Amino acid sequence: MDLTLSPSEAAFRDELRAWLAEHHPGEDPPGDDEAFEHRRDWQRKLFEAGYAGFSWPKEYGGRGATLIEQALFGEEMARAKAPQPVNVLGMVMGGPVVITHGTDEQKDRWLRAILTGEEIWCQGFSEPESGSDLASLKTKAVKSNGEWLVTGQKVWTTYAHKAKWCMLVARTDQDVPKHQGLTYFIMDMEQEEVQVRPLHQITKEPEFNELFIEEARIPDENLVGGVGNGWAVAITTLMNERAGLGAAAAAGVRIGLEELKQLAHERGADEDPVIRQRLAQLTIEVELLRLNSWRGLTQIMKRGVPGPEGSLPKWQWGEINQALTELAVDVLGEEGAYWDSPWTYRLLRSRANSIEGGTTEILKNIIAERVLGLPKLR
Amino acid sequence: MNFDFSDDQQAIKRTAKDLLADRFKFERVRELAEAGSYDDDAWKELRELGWPGIFIEERYGGQGLGVVELVILMEELGYALAPVPFLSNAAAGLMIQAAGSEEQKQRWLPGIASGELRAAAGLVRGDEAKLVPDADEADVIVLCGAEGRRVVERSAADVETVATMDSTRRYARVRANGAGDALEGDHRPGMSGAVLAAAAELTGVAQRAMEMAVQYARDRKQFGRPIGAYQAVSHSCAQMLLETEGARSATYWGAWTADAEPETLELAASMAKAYASDAGWRVCSSSLQVHGGIGFTWEHNLHFFLKRAKVDALLWGSASEHRERVADLSAVGVAAGAPA
Ligand SMILES: Cc1cc2nc3c(=O)[nH]c(=O)nc-3n(C[C@H](O)[C@H](O)[C@H](O)COP(=O)(O)OP(=O)(O)OC[C@H]3O[C@@H](n4cnc5c(N)ncnc54)[C@H](O)[C@@H]3O)c2cc1C
Repeated sequence: MDLTLSPSEAAFRDELRAWLAEHHPGEDPPGDDEAFEHRRDWQRKLFEAGYAGFSWPKEYGGRGATLIEQALFGEEMARAKAPQPVNVLGMVMGGPVVITHGTDEQKDRWLRAILTGEEIWCQGFSEPESGSDLASLKTKAVKSNGEWLVTGQKVWTTYAHKAKWCMLVARTDQDVPKHQGLTYFIMDMEQEEVQVRPLHQITKEPEFNELFIEEARIPDENLVGGVGNGWAVAITTLMNERAGLGAAAAAGVRIGLEELKQLAHERGADEDPVIRQRLAQLTIEVELLRLNSWRGLTQIMKRGVPGPEGSLPKWQWGEINQALTELAVDVLGEEGAYWDSPWTYRLLRSRANSIEGGTTEILKNIIAERVLGLPKLR
Repeated sequence: MNFDFSDDQQAIKRTAKDLLADRFKFERVRELAEAGSYDDDAWKELRELGWPGIFIEERYGGQGLGVVELVILMEELGYALAPVPFLSNAAAGLMIQAAGSEEQKQRWLPGIASGELRAAAGLVRGDEAKLVPDADEADVIVLCGAEGRRVVERSAADVETVATMDSTRRYARVRANGAGDALEGDHRPGMSGAVLAAAAELTGVAQRAMEMAVQYARDRKQFGRPIGAYQAVSHSCAQMLLETEGARSATYWGAWTADAEPETLELAASMAKAYASDAGWRVCSSSLQVHGGIGFTWEHNLHFFLKRAKVDALLWGSASEHRERVADLSAVGVAAGAPA
């Protein structure tokens, strides 16, 4: 057991830390579009320095970073309060899917523009009637004259209004069990047949959207992983979304916690024994999130699969972030009600943490069934 | 970065688990608990294996390993609910090793390491330590409080056995009445080690209670299906996993700091004890809930774990006290700097 960084890990971290200190893009400017372009510039800078798609294999423009380096990267980004690169869905999900399941032509066509941020990607999985039960989705794709015609509706599609490409899962066979009739496509968003309507989140940001798709066209070469394999391909995406994010998430909430402690100090709330208990509990849980993530990474590196603790961080992170923002607003008291208080946004945004990327209930189902081996309710 | 045991440590864990499973079938644990006694033969065997001295320096007759190895054993002892006077003995050894003078160490540690002497450790509030495991049969007792640390022979102290809810372990109240010698060195690493040993025991207890719940949830059928298929039950089991793994991560980390990063030890130990104290009780209570009526019977084994979890939670500082310590040590109440 050695919870210190090896010399090469430490060197990597120091180099990155220095780079981030020098190139930090500063806060997002006001305005959703301005902020978006600001983050696109930021992604370009990361790309030029070789820090975009950092875990991808070298031949696709990445660095082939180890899991530990990825985790350190996430930690350092959070620590520096650096914004998320704009094409996060492309980098975390789209790219890895193309790398794992795509053809050489597909890799040539898509990967570089994901990393540079030139082409933004969105994820068209959820539908009005298919959320947690993703495999029940109804959007259908029919082959006609060598291309696919897609009709259906998607919802909660983050960044669809900015995206060039959509990772779309559609039903290509109605007559087989629900998991087997799905196919994974990369759909061009720049066509009349795809209408994007913004949805405002409770924070008022129009970050996600509804997609109305009416006979949109997808050429056959944009199909990834084979007809009928959409479920397996989609699962890779979801796995990629969760792997290695724990350490970065822990670093993020750790920053939040420091800010909260500072706030409690300024307001004199840190003398209050109840607040002290809550702060201490959060301090412990933030530390545990970090520790569980590192334990999970060690298991993956040694055994190729996450240990039981590997399934916990996403769930833990959501709870911690929600508790943390609640405490901050309690500390602020009446001023916590103000719309322009910085904690108002965080309090509200954190409500999605237990829904996005798989709800907490679904995560608990997964843990109960796959880790603890309890029977399925079906 | 490698958050896993070495091969040697894995081997210790496996050996301990197998040995304890073999020696402490639950009927045996129950029989001893009902009689209020320990398994002397098993204790002798553990002594011969060198367990009591695992963390004690070789020059004082120990094995010279660290707190990591100690918590490995403790977790397994908790899992087995082994009726042996290991924890108390280890806690006293840790305190003397940390804070004793050379003479005190030479006097006490070899006996503690071999198990020839029996030692106990308690936290003094006012003029009394109210909950000292195994003090009644100890040769020597370490008392630690705000006013200072002392090591006293049992014959010189007032020791009064108390019945607690945990019948698998013996406890006493102890007053030193000014007898014994002061321990002048820095006792905090010793106390932190003891607290981590308790957190490790709580982790083992929680693990066992969780396994019992999961097994029962698979087997027990109601409304035509296993109760584990109902989410009220399965999600409660998932929560048990979250808390048990959290207690485990915190304990291992704390143990690692004891051996490798002593400046973090006190904070890590308090984090582990605060978290494991709550987790141990909650996991055992939820396990009881999953078991329904049978879980509430004396006949079922679960209550022994539940009670041990509660008493361990109260031992050497409660969750709230350790959280207050975490608040202190993690700079709540001073202007926060940038995180490292
Ligand atoms: C901020 C945000 C961004 C998002 N971005 C995207 C995106 O870019 N692309 C995309 O495809 N999707 C996106 N989503 C959608 C997200 O993946 C879904 O919201 C999520 O999977 C839940 O689906 P649902 O909203 O339909 O809720 P439902 O599945 O209807 O769930 C409603 C409630 O029922 C519970 N529930 C459902 N099934 C079960 C069960 N079997 N057991 C126990 N409880 C159950 C859920 O936990 C939840 O509490 C985003 C969501 C949010 C909040």
